Amino acid sequence: MDVKVDRVQDSIGQLCPMPIVHLSKNMKQMESGQVLEIQADDEGAHADIPAWCSQTGNEFLGEEAADGYFRFFVRKS
Amino acid sequence: MAQENNRAAIVVFSGDMDKVFAALIIATGCAAAGMDTTLFFTFWGLNAIKTGQPIKAKGFLGRMMGIMNRGGLHRINPSRFSFGGVGRILFSKMMKDKGVQSLEDLRQTAIDLDVHLLACKMSMDVLEISKSDLIPEVEDVVGVATFVKAASGAQLQLFI
Repeated sequence: MDVKVDRVQDSIGQLCPMPIVHLSKNMKQMESGQVLEIQADDEGAHADIPAWCSQTGNEFLGEEAADGYFRFFVRKS
Repeated sequence: MAQENNRAAIVVFSGDMDKVFAALIIATGCAAAGMDTTLFFTFWGLNAIKTGQPIKAKGFLGRMMGIMNRGGLHRINPSRFSFGGVGRILFSKMMKDKGVQSLEDLRQTAIDLDVHLLACKMSMDVLEISKSDLIPEVEDVVGVATFVKAASGAQLQLFI
């Protein structure tokens, strides 16, 4: 994905609810407009990360497959 | 945050390992989504916030109850396949093998995310549990009115 990433979160191997917990913690430390990349291999993350974004009013930019995991991009609003 | 009045209120009535697990996952999920989250522990649910040390009850029945129902997160059993305590070890191992957080870690995560832990005064009186039998992170010992205040207007209310 062609987007400047400000911070990367390694959630590979983590299960619900930890990717979301770390997502929340990371976003609290970031500035508005910055982008967080979440690397996760939990199947639930495909639904959970967009759901978290719509619940919290942050922008879900999309996801892309990587080697054995997925990269999710979230922009802090 | 996205919404005003962004609150979650969950009653934890059950002291079953699996149900407490569900309650803690939902609570951490709510808190991570920016919701002001309250867990109200009552009756068997109190076992999830006990220290696990022997209960300092005064009455005979209270002391017996404290022995039979000592509590502590490491001592609670699943609602099915308990097998007299073996089920707990079995489930804990299965969870650990899959990389799921332990109940203790999950409760600590909830505490770190500022989830409010409230204990029900009435059931503590009945079971002769005092505040010193509970983990220090328990914010307050309260009655139903405090829960009603937390729950009324909350967007998410659950009884587990």
